[in-house]
Amino acid sequence: MSLTVRLRHAFGGFTLDVAFEAPAGITALFGRSGSGKTTIVNAVAGLMRPDEGRIVAGDTVLLDTAAGRFVPPHRRRVGYVFQEGRLFPHLSVRQNLLFGAFFAPRGAPREDLGRVVDLLGIAHLLGRRPGMLSGGEKSRVAIGRALLAAPRLLLMDEPLAALDEARKAEIIPYLERLRDETEVPILYVSHSLPEVARLATSLVAIDAGRVVRAGSTTTVLADPAAVPVLGHREAGAILTARVVRHHADGLTELAASAGPIYLPTVDAPLGATVRVRIEAHDVIIAREPPSAISALNVLPVMVTEIAEGSGPGAAVGLQAGEDRLLARITRRSVGTLGLAPGVACYAILKSTSVARRDVGAGDRAV
Amino acid sequence: MSVLTPEAWQAVALSLRVSVWATLVSLPVAILVALLLARGHFWGKSLLNGLVHLPLILPPVVTGYMLLILFGRRGPIGSVLAEVGIVFAFNWTGAALAAGVMAFPLMVRAIRLSIEAVDPRLEEAAGTLGASRIATFAVVTLPLIVPGILAGAILAFAKAMGEFGATITFVSNIPGRTQTLPSAIYAFLQVPGEEGAALSLVAVSVAISMGALIASEILAARIARRIGR
Repeated sequence: MSLTVRLRHAFGGFTLDVAFEAPAGITALFGRSGSGKTTIVNAVAGLMRPDEGRIVAGDTVLLDTAAGRFVPPHRRRVGYVFQEGRLFPHLSVRQNLLFGAFFAPRGAPREDLGRVVDLLGIAHLLGRRPGMLSGGEKSRVAIGRALLAAPRLLLMDEPLAALDEARKAEIIPYLERLRDETEVPILYVSHSLPEVARLATSLVAIDAGRVVRAGSTTTVLADPAAVPVLGHREAGAILTARVVRHHADGLTELAASAGPIYLPTVDAPLGATVRVRIEAHDVIIAREPPSAISALNVLPVMVTEIAEGSGPGAAVGLQAGEDRLLARITRRSVGTLGLAPGVACYAILKSTSVARRDVGAGDRAV
Repeated sequence: MSVLTPEAWQAVALSLRVSVWATLVSLPVAILVALLLARGHFWGKSLLNGLVHLPLILPPVVTGYMLLILFGRRGPIGSVLAEVGIVFAFNWTGAALAAGVMAFPLMVRAIRLSIEAVDPRLEEAAGTLGASRIATFAVVTLPLIVPGILAGAILAFAKAMGEFGATITFVSNIPGRTQTLPSAIYAFLQVPGEEGAALSLVAVSVAISMGALIASEILAARIARRIGR
């Protein structure tokens, strides 16, 4: 099932004008705050009525201004995980979780309470009141509550924004499991590129109310031309690799399509597929295979594309086997090395430059 | 302090009956009006607001006289209701009506404030979880405003117990029929040598009001704990 969104809405000197498609899996709505992401999600939930638009979930038309159709929020069956949780303070965690299930139509495909509770690790919280929960626990209960309402699709508006890094790290694996174990498409609002890289199967980048880039996350993140849109400092492509061996010296050996790579201990079993975000400024390019170098990872690659801006930097797209990498180097180096599309070279990557939070579970779509 | 005379007891019992009825009957109406004022957007909202608050700012005698004109035996509303057997004039029901009208603004105010304190985003969340607006009111808004409703009801009850001006104007001061606690105190004070009786009624009046207040505090604390505030 997929979600099709087309919206036009003018408010306060700002015009939102977007059209995109969200397939199964997690679709990230990525952009700065104030770019219109939350407005889009609110329109999908029916909490705001856009001037013009059409929203279709699967084969159900939720909104069609041309046909005068507006399905009220409570009939949309759209699970919404709000940034602030919005748990009902007068109900227990269990009652909060079952709130939506109580109102769901009888025939709707239901998630099982026990399964969701296990998936989110909240079994020990069922008897408590929301006031007694930590931020991370509240987020997980809010996710469970939306899931159990038998939703056609899930909307998540920066569900991790209010949490510190430790709590984020605690919840992200649950979201990965959600992505991989449920059939419900998820629209995920975020302004954090690492989060998007880790979770999203597809990516819709929004800027000032317009879609500036859309496509599969791996494709968009590996596109040198998208770098200015996504932010120079955080740009980086995703490499998919399989865990081959955990070495005694603390390194994990992975097989990527272009060759073996070594990373600091990856918390995944042998044979598991992981996605590794490799930040573009961590990639070094060499024309010759380097010798006597401390970096452990040297992959043979081919230049696919070079995007130069007005500054000293350039973003270089690289084909590494079946994966794509992105390197941010200087325009000067592009010149000295004679880099151009089609040129074969080597991508060098320090093992220690990959942070643990940049290694996540591989999803179906990759 | 003298023991209460049967007449005084009658006044206390009547006042309790009048106040309980005034509170219970006006409560649903007050919730509805508070909801309209807190959340509604409609033409004439300030008119309704003014109308509700009128008894608070008018001299009670004026309110009582207006009730007499409207709900008296020959009044436009009173005459119609008299045909179906509801008589307010010179009856305890009239005292309840007067008390209810006088207490209404206080009740609406307390409930309205509590509705305005409910985070509308919680109601939005209930909507996305499939609850219609009526269901949302029943399972989210209403439980959250229970402390406000309780406060409004207790305030209204206390106000009804003390109502004097409108009541005596509308239904007079007939022992056993319309003589409420304040009217009885007033009547005792008119007779030389009955100050003792008046004083013991004053003590009863203070006890009932304090009791209601304490009960509401305890209940409110218990509810607050239950809804996790």
